[in-house]
Amino acid sequence: MSDRTIDRGAEYVRIEAVTKRFGDFVAVDQVSLSIKRGEIFCLLGGSGCGKTTLLRMLAGFETPSAGRILIDGQDMAAIPPYERPVNMMFQSYALFPHMTVARNVAFGLEQEGLAKADIERRVQEMLEIVQLRDYAQRKPHQLSGGQRQRVALARALVKRPKLLLLDEPLGALDKKLREQTQFELINLQEKLGVTFIVVTHDQEEAMTLATRIGVMNKGQIVQVGTPTEIYEFPNSRFVADFIGSVNIFEGSLVEDEPDHVRIRCEELDAPVFVSHGISAAPEARVVVAIRPEKIGMSRDRPTVTDNVAHGVVKEIAYMGDISVYLVRLDGGRMVRVTIPNTERQTDERIVWDESVYLSWQPAAPVVLST
Amino acid sequence: MMSRGRFRKTALVVGLSFLYLPILSMIVFSFNNSRLVTVWDAAHSPTLKWYSALLSNGHILDAAWLSIRIAAVTATLSVVLGTVAGLVLARFGPFRGRALLAGLTTAPLVMPEVITGLSMLLLFVALEHAIGWPDGRGFVTITIAHVTFCLSYVTVVVQSRLAGFDDSLEEAALDLGARPARVFFSITLPLILPAIISGWLLAFTLSWDDVVISQFVAGPSASTLPMVIFSKVRLGVSPDVNALASIMVAVVALCVVCSTLWMRRLERRRQLEEQMARAAGG
Repeated sequence: MSDRTIDRGAEYVRIEAVTKRFGDFVAVDQVSLSIKRGEIFCLLGGSGCGKTTLLRMLAGFETPSAGRILIDGQDMAAIPPYERPVNMMFQSYALFPHMTVARNVAFGLEQEGLAKADIERRVQEMLEIVQLRDYAQRKPHQLSGGQRQRVALARALVKRPKLLLLDEPLGALDKKLREQTQFELINLQEKLGVTFIVVTHDQEEAMTLATRIGVMNKGQIVQVGTPTEIYEFPNSRFVADFIGSVNIFEGSLVEDEPDHVRIRCEELDAPVFVSHGISAAPEARVVVAIRPEKIGMSRDRPTVTDNVAHGVVKEIAYMGDISVYLVRLDGGRMVRVTIPNTERQTDERIVWDESVYLSWQPAAPVVLST
Repeated sequence: MMSRGRFRKTALVVGLSFLYLPILSMIVFSFNNSRLVTVWDAAHSPTLKWYSALLSNGHILDAAWLSIRIAAVTATLSVVLGTVAGLVLARFGPFRGRALLAGLTTAPLVMPEVITGLSMLLLFVALEHAIGWPDGRGFVTITIAHVTFCLSYVTVVVQSRLAGFDDSLEEAALDLGARPARVFFSITLPLILPAIISGWLLAFTLSWDDVVISQFVAGPSASTLPMVIFSKVRLGVSPDVNALASIMVAVVALCVVCSTLWMRRLERRRQLEEQMARAAGG
């Protein structure tokens, strides 16, 4: 089928210095983004960071105060929502309560003036894809949350949009259903070749769905990258802190070589050794971020002089697959460490109030400017 | 000291009697054979003679028919105008003059009826002098006057219904390619229909039992039913008025009971269906 062989990699959506003000409040501040055809792009951020406003501008419900939005090379400024090649899945699903599932899905096609038989056929096809064929004659209030979510998806996708906007698509579902639906969404997206732009505040959702993530804070895009880049190489303290959990130490550069640096942190006894060079002025204040799963824990002192700290276990949270330890360093600072529970034997495990040494590889810390 | 249960029962009986005893006595006396309204003629009662007298009284039947027509036209016009006003106030954001429009549409709710009636009368007289319309006072002038105050009630009802429902429904329809007019007729209108229907009924009732404003703007040839009853009672209460009022009470009660039962059934079915959907899961 010809419409499945899409030209991946070409730019499809271009957002140029878009700003949106509501009175004095700047909801979206000079955002520029380029989104490729066939991507699942996640806008990730806390509430009030402007991600939903940006999505609503793409759909045409808000007009930018400044800047341009181009979809497939076409400026969207003068194009009303009902003429954009874009469909949206609303956070509340916004199913029409007075129409059956089939009528809900058919609504968009009826606006295109298609023949009745064609509409019928495409609605049936779509309901087949989302596995709701038996529910065609139900009203929205007769469906469960997961079924409603699938109707909303079917209604948006039946128009065969090139770009689908999803506002917190899994937000209203319970955990188990979310995980299952996440993979269904990815499969569907690959099958239909639609470009997805997803807004979410849930980093886990963004990590599983996205090909790329744009992290937003206070109306600005802070970092754009693949899930791995965002997690392993955050470019700022905000991103490191927002995605996953992280231990952050402030310190200053004491040794600055092209292939390594040494940082002295007040809260750590030993210096932090990082096995790559960074671009910062000598003696500069920097931030060292270390993920909890990259820290090892032992009863005996490791035979290293760098990247080691001593403390006492204060809290243990057993999560099944992993255990989370909160260790109080000698300086008083609490550090979070996660250890995978690879063995079922429990006698060897470190317990409360044990004295432990923490250590990490030279490649583990990420150095950020303050 | 009375027990708690007995106190409650007594309070209920006293309260209900206070509200409904007058109406009950009116209905009972409508079956009275005596010409004297307050004297119960035990020998020849109950009788339906006042009801049959009513049916042959052309004056009253004409007035009733006029009232129904005025109320129906008033309700329909009020619903159209009130829906537009409610829609503008609830959906068009903070446009210039919004506060003024909101104030002016709700002002008739608190305006004394005497003032509304008097100002209407003055306007109609002045208009008749100036442009020759309205030609005399009657159906048209009463209807216009009724629309001016019924409109406010409909606006309030529609506006609150619109405020209560999710904007994203309309946005979703726009997003699916429906033009704004189409969105209104296939999404907004069906969803606010309950408010429109209750607005219509409210307007109909208000128009139906208005005396004061009608008194000002009605001409000598047109008397609505409440005006006829009022003028008859001024000459002494006659038993056929009792019969007429009893019929009105019966009709209203029937409508209220039916609509309540119907709404309750819909609500119960909906709850049941939602429970089933939740139980089915997935």
